[in-house]
Amino acid sequence: MQIPYTVETRPDTGLHNSKLGIWLFLASEVMLFGALFSSYILLRINSPDWPAGHEVLNVPIAAFNTVVLISSSITVLLAWGAVKFNEFKKFRLYLGLTILLAFVFMIAKAYEYNAKFSHGLYPSTDNFLGIYFTLTGLHGLHVVGGLVVMIYFWGPGSGMFHSEPKHFADRIEVAGIYWHFVDLVWIFLFPVLYLL
Amino acid sequence: MNDVHAPTHDHDPDHDHELGFWRKYVFSVDHKVIGIQYGITALVFLFTGFCLAMLMRWQLAYPGEPLPIIGGLFSEATMPNGVMLPEFYNSLGAMHGTIMVFLGIVPLAVGAFGNYVLPLQIGAPDMAFPKLNMASYWCFLAGGIVMLCSFLAPGGAANSGWTAYPPLADIATTGQTVWLIAMVFLITSSLLGSINFIVTTIQLRAEGLTFFRMPFFVWAQLVTAFLLLLAFPPLEAAAVLQLMDRLADTSFFLPSGLVVDGQPLEVAGGGSPLLWQHLFWFLAHPEVYVLILPAMGIVAEVIANNTRKPLFGYRGMVYATLFLGFMSFMVWAHHMFLTGMGTSISAFFQATTMIISIPSVIILSNLFISLWGGSIRFSIPMLFALGFLPMFGIGGLTGLPLGLTATDIPLHDTYYVIGHFHYVVAPGTIMALFAGIYFWYPKITGRHMNKTLGHIHFWGTLVCMNGIFFPMLIQGLNGVSRRLYDGGASYEFAEPVLYLNKIMSHSSWTLGLFQFFFIVNFFMSLRTGERAEENPWQATTLDWQTPTPPPHGNFTQTPVVHHGPYEYSHPDLKQGDYLPQNLELEA
Repeated sequence: MQIPYTVETRPDTGLHNSKLGIWLFLASEVMLFGALFSSYILLRINSPDWPAGHEVLNVPIAAFNTVVLISSSITVLLAWGAVKFNEFKKFRLYLGLTILLAFVFMIAKAYEYNAKFSHGLYPSTDNFLGIYFTLTGLHGLHVVGGLVVMIYFWGPGSGMFHSEPKHFADRIEVAGIYWHFVDLVWIFLFPVLYLL
Repeated sequence: MNDVHAPTHDHDPDHDHELGFWRKYVFSVDHKVIGIQYGITALVFLFTGFCLAMLMRWQLAYPGEPLPIIGGLFSEATMPNGVMLPEFYNSLGAMHGTIMVFLGIVPLAVGAFGNYVLPLQIGAPDMAFPKLNMASYWCFLAGGIVMLCSFLAPGGAANSGWTAYPPLADIATTGQTVWLIAMVFLITSSLLGSINFIVTTIQLRAEGLTFFRMPFFVWAQLVTAFLLLLAFPPLEAAAVLQLMDRLADTSFFLPSGLVVDGQPLEVAGGGSPLLWQHLFWFLAHPEVYVLILPAMGIVAEVIANNTRKPLFGYRGMVYATLFLGFMSFMVWAHHMFLTGMGTSISAFFQATTMIISIPSVIILSNLFISLWGGSIRFSIPMLFALGFLPMFGIGGLTGLPLGLTATDIPLHDTYYVIGHFHYVVAPGTIMALFAGIYFWYPKITGRHMNKTLGHIHFWGTLVCMNGIFFPMLIQGLNGVSRRLYDGGASYEFAEPVLYLNKIMSHSSWTLGLFQFFFIVNFFMSLRTGERAEENPWQATTLDWQTPTPPPHGNFTQTPVVHHGPYEYSHPDLKQGDYLPQNLELEA
């Protein structure tokens, strides 16, 4: 039994199943982060002494991480292009770079967390740090999720590049769409938490 | 993620026989097996949740008296000498609500009926993502088991109500943490499921099955899936924040200066308990429509089939459903009129609440009018569907005074509220779900359920449910609060309506007895039921145009749809009174 429109697109919707699926998934993610950002706003307007982000948090590291994550969004796009042009080595290079950049992001994040903890700043200190750790922690989990998927496609899952190139390109595209979303969340998080 | 592995070789008809027992019946990716798994699990949870309510009803009718016979089976921490402790009563209340909503009705209405019937009705070989579908079921089961295990946590299960309002829930015993973890599993499960339903409906419709040729059941499931997709994430966010409050000592929901047991609580403070309520009800109001829309879908199918005529105003019903789904995101704060959020906000939500009653009334009226002039077959599914209509009507109409701020203030948190939403969900949705079970049982098993037992089950259920829930409305109008451990016995003003507690409790236990007729019927008919052919109800939709039970891959030949879903008693028909969707009208 074969599920229709797994690889080829359905003529009247112009989509294949997984592409529609990932957009729906991202819609629910928007609601998840939207609820958390709304909580941030509500907590902040209720608070008499909300600290300015840049006084508590490390802006240069976060700016560096923003550059890292935006670069990784470019490399994941290049990796997808490489699959489309059937260049396996380039695909491995660009997806490998994306994975590397994601690791750099996580290491910088870990350093940042560690610096906070060593100064006695915990989620329980106040609601600003609480929402900071919750939002960046949840975003970090999304980065880890993306890492797992990309490492799979870079290593054990890459055999499909040769056996079903069209299907594989779709998978990289879908993973890339998700990765762009993770990037986008950070682009909101950076100014909201660090600059405003 | 793209989880579907498309085999490059052609379909091997013997493929499904190669699967072993475990892959075929337990870790199956077939939507029909997953649907049955969802159905059985949900029915077990539904009965479990009902048992918790029956236990509570003992305490309410006979407060402080030891529970005979089974009372001795409970531990010292819950019911010493068979007398229920207040903490245990609170746990039962919270877990009854949680289990019924998240582990009983939604999995049965969406997980079971949606999974089994929706792909068949749109002529698809399976769901769009079979592996995600399996993952969805196993997440649900894990969440359910974790939820039940919370009774073993120190201090018992969650006892802050199914709504888990902070600050109470923030400082509650460990059971609340387990509750939150279980909820994260359940939310993940419903997220995976809802993506799957939407993609399946949009992408896998058979050739010729345009959107306005889809059966109403499919529409109802599609809108439900959107509600689940977009409403559950805010609850997930809320659950994460509450978990942080409980485990990392943040104070998102804890205001400054909170005093517990005479001691100031040592937290940073500055949080907002109202924030939780907003996040919670942003989910939980669309959730109400998640509970009711699939039921309406089932009832529509049963009514069209058993009146032998098309649904009245099918398009109007579809538009009403879409509008209902949209509006359900804008009414949540009518649960919060008494929180002091301000009169202008209350006025806004009162207005949206009145607006959302319009599409509900359109759907219900159309179902009523559909009966007009039909030659009604009073089959067991039809009886349940007919029972649904007035019961849901009572549930809906009793909701209007709760949607208006002026009348909500005296009624808030009384038994009137309990009576109102139970009328929607219990004699409403559950009756519709029973209709669905009796309706599709022949397709799923190849045998009919016993009619005599079905009649006993229907009449017993209908009478007992009203015996439970109607007195609640009366008690509530007399001002009896929903949260009293003794059912109002220690309050003088409750005295005139106190006798109703015994009527309600005995009705609930009798209702429990009547369910055994269903359970016996369910299992006995598997072996001894009258055999059903392919299309035993002479139905038009695609789910009946398959072999019984449907094989792996569902259809023996790819269906092509030629017309709308309810071509019953068409004047141009040469023979019979119905025309299946995949057949053309003979010229």
